[in-house]
Amino acid sequence: MGDGIKDKAAIIGMGCTEFGEHWDKGSEDLIVEAFTEAIEDAGIEKKDIQAAWYGSCYDEFNVGKSALPLSRTLKLPFIPVTRVENLCASGSEALRGAVYGIASGAYDIALALGAEKLKDTGYGGLPEMSMSLGTKNRVIFPGISAPGAFAMMANRYFSKYGMTTEEGTRVLAKISVNSHKNGAKNPKAHLQRIITEEDVLKAPIIASPLGLLDCCGVSDGAAAAIVCRADMAKDFRPDPVLIKALQIGISSGEELGYTEWDGTYVETTGRTAARAYEEAGIRNPREEIDMMELHDCFSITELITYEDLGISPRGKARNDIEDGLFAIEGKIPSQPDGGLKCFGHPIGASGLRMLYEMYKQLQGGAGERQINDPRIGLTHNLGGFPQMNITSLVIAGL
Amino acid sequence: MKGIVSYGGYLPLSRIDREIIFKGMGWLHQATYMKGERCVANFDEDSVTMAVASAMNCLEGYDRDLVGGLYLATTTSPFKERSCADIIGTTLDLKSQIRTADFTDSTSAATSALIAAIDSISAGSANNILLCASDVRVGKPGSSQELSFSDGAASLLLGNEGVIASWEGHYCVSYDFPDHWRTEDDKADRAWEDRFGREEGYRKFIPEAISGLLSKCSLQPKDIAKVTFPGIYPRYHASICKGLGFEPGQIQDHLMTAMGNTGTPYPLMLLISALEDSRPGDKVIVASFGNGSDALLFQVTEEIEKVKGQKRGVRRYLGSKRELNSYERYLAFRNLISPEGGIRGEAIPYTALSLIWRDRREILALCGTQCKKCGTPQYPAQRVCVNPDCGAVDHMEPYRFSDKRGEVFSFTGDLLAFTPNPPGIYAVIDFDGGGRYWFDVTDCDIESMHIGMPVEMSLRRRYIDERGGIVGYFWKAVPVR
Repeated sequence: MGDGIKDKAAIIGMGCTEFGEHWDKGSEDLIVEAFTEAIEDAGIEKKDIQAAWYGSCYDEFNVGKSALPLSRTLKLPFIPVTRVENLCASGSEALRGAVYGIASGAYDIALALGAEKLKDTGYGGLPEMSMSLGTKNRVIFPGISAPGAFAMMANRYFSKYGMTTEEGTRVLAKISVNSHKNGAKNPKAHLQRIITEEDVLKAPIIASPLGLLDCCGVSDGAAAAIVCRADMAKDFRPDPVLIKALQIGISSGEELGYTEWDGTYVETTGRTAARAYEEAGIRNPREEIDMMELHDCFSITELITYEDLGISPRGKARNDIEDGLFAIEGKIPSQPDGGLKCFGHPIGASGLRMLYEMYKQLQGGAGERQINDPRIGLTHNLGGFPQMNITSLVIAGL
Repeated sequence: MKGIVSYGGYLPLSRIDREIIFKGMGWLHQATYMKGERCVANFDEDSVTMAVASAMNCLEGYDRDLVGGLYLATTTSPFKERSCADIIGTTLDLKSQIRTADFTDSTSAATSALIAAIDSISAGSANNILLCASDVRVGKPGSSQELSFSDGAASLLLGNEGVIASWEGHYCVSYDFPDHWRTEDDKADRAWEDRFGREEGYRKFIPEAISGLLSKCSLQPKDIAKVTFPGIYPRYHASICKGLGFEPGQIQDHLMTAMGNTGTPYPLMLLISALEDSRPGDKVIVASFGNGSDALLFQVTEEIEKVKGQKRGVRRYLGSKRELNSYERYLAFRNLISPEGGIRGEAIPYTALSLIWRDRREILALCGTQCKKCGTPQYPAQRVCVNPDCGAVDHMEPYRFSDKRGEVFSFTGDLLAFTPNPPGIYAVIDFDGGGRYWFDVTDCDIESMHIGMPVEMSLRRRYIDERGGIVGYFWKAVPVR
């Protein structure tokens, strides 16, 4: 085992567009906006960037494959550019490429940028699943959607912990209410309104037991990070944000192919968290992590992630949610920017959008949403389904 | 001795009260009124899938490697050129070295195929033949056929060992009788005047065939325990029997009220019904109706006692049903109206037929693998064992899941994903004996779904690509019936 990534790379600039239904903007516009904010924030010029990683998932519905759309849009001067894709964790994957490029010593400054244009499909929700499963899976997979795959976990979780659907959905409603409370204070968020538990419970069902307000926004947007060698970072700004851990974990297939997994947790998250905590030197996450941006694609995902990350004991996240542990004024504020739920979820941008909020919070630049003196933030970016997935975790600190 | 070795029936779950159809279209021709109900194939069923369901019932407990041939009889093949018998053989995981044929174009195709199968066995060119018959029958909206037609399937295993009903003879009459027909481009039957079909065909051909059979076999009507034939003109069914000299107690219920005219499989379903009620020694006559008539004679053997009550024939399915209370939904299921599917519904990716061919056993026969080292069954087929404590590479043997039952591990009812019959219900299934995978669930209401619910597997039309002419067959889970 190597010595990990801790403190080898720093973020010196970030940018993030408003997320939402940008009927008047394409990916090219969003890429330029996120990039411009990031290099201005870092105080660098385009020519200072030596390599770039571009994360996007549904490029076949959008700007097409390869890294050319990023390079051509920004007129990057014939530097190495790589397109990465790992479903909803694509944005974190772009960051990972840049961070490892820097940590290897090959580059001093690199760009990670994620962008997604989802509102050109002609229908709500993510692009039709069967279009991107591959030729065999499109036949042998059921007619799944993302909310349906996670809804199966909700039914399993309720059953295991003896909750009726009514009890379970009421706990989940509190999660969405918390995200909306934070999102309402975020001018860049897709959904900026406060909602009540009753609103969530009365919303139309999308995939039972999950209703519309258990589901995150489907949005257009882009986010970018300028990654720099840690030993150079303070040349650019006094408050660079250091990468303390960056880990990903991918399913082996045993969740859906073997019968040991009980369907109430995400196997990759627990395993990836253990590696990330070791890399960052965190022994007690509940005590040492100050804030989190979790991949709350659905309310149930956020609930089980509290348990998978070892913040809440198994089956007990409900208590922490009800106690306000994750509220903006709580011990471990979660989704301070509104999360996927309210900020929105342009797939390839989301991992970097989470880091954008942690970065701003660590620097004290989160405005009305500012958390009191945070030192360590965690982002959790999940791609795929509970039954087979990619978990990407970033732990960042000053 | 040769004859029937096993039988299996299948009726789709949905029944529609003919009153509901009549309320929808009866204004057009009030004389079409008819009591009772008809079976309605689900939106994801067709003649192939229903044939497979009946064949699985027929072959339950029987070594599929021993099946020597497969004949399909249908007038509603999903394909004009592609052998459905071969699709069915593949989905049933039968050996490839068997004879197959599709018998078609007449509602007597099943009895024709049965005679051909018996001839093959008599000639010694096959030890046994699986005969499947299946139809999804569409009548034009507002026609009497729409009310009287029905959907279903039946299978017989014919052979020379373990015979439950021995073959005693047949008598065929063949006429190019134009009472009904369908051209290459027709979706629904056309018909000449009803009285013509009844007086000139039904009331003549069936008596001719049955009396010819009795005479050929030197039997009197009193020697026959049960006589049965399609009741497509219910009022005249009894009069034909009476005219032939049969007493009411010898007449098997024609099922027009409870089931309807299922077309090609209809005579086999009636035969199965008769076998379900029979005793050793009973002589049973079954006759078809379609371009003439075939009358067949069987004698029930002692072996019948071994299968009685064990097989899923016709009776069980008559009692296993769900009322379809929407005529419009029926029309949508049969593609007689084109409901809005949305842009998402039109997003159909292409199907790689070379891949379906390469992985046909995995996709069409639902064969995964079982690890020879740790015994774990797994789907889809794997080369590296999925058991994290094993991980053996290339120590796999084929393992068929289609005939395994299982239970629901987790489930949902999805209103976002496209399906012609929302909500789209799907579930992770844990199989009895090991193995886990996720499947669509059909013939089911979301309200009845629960963790631990027992399910079995059913071949269905997973998707249709109309642009490419592709029917994507795959397996779904259904509640055990």
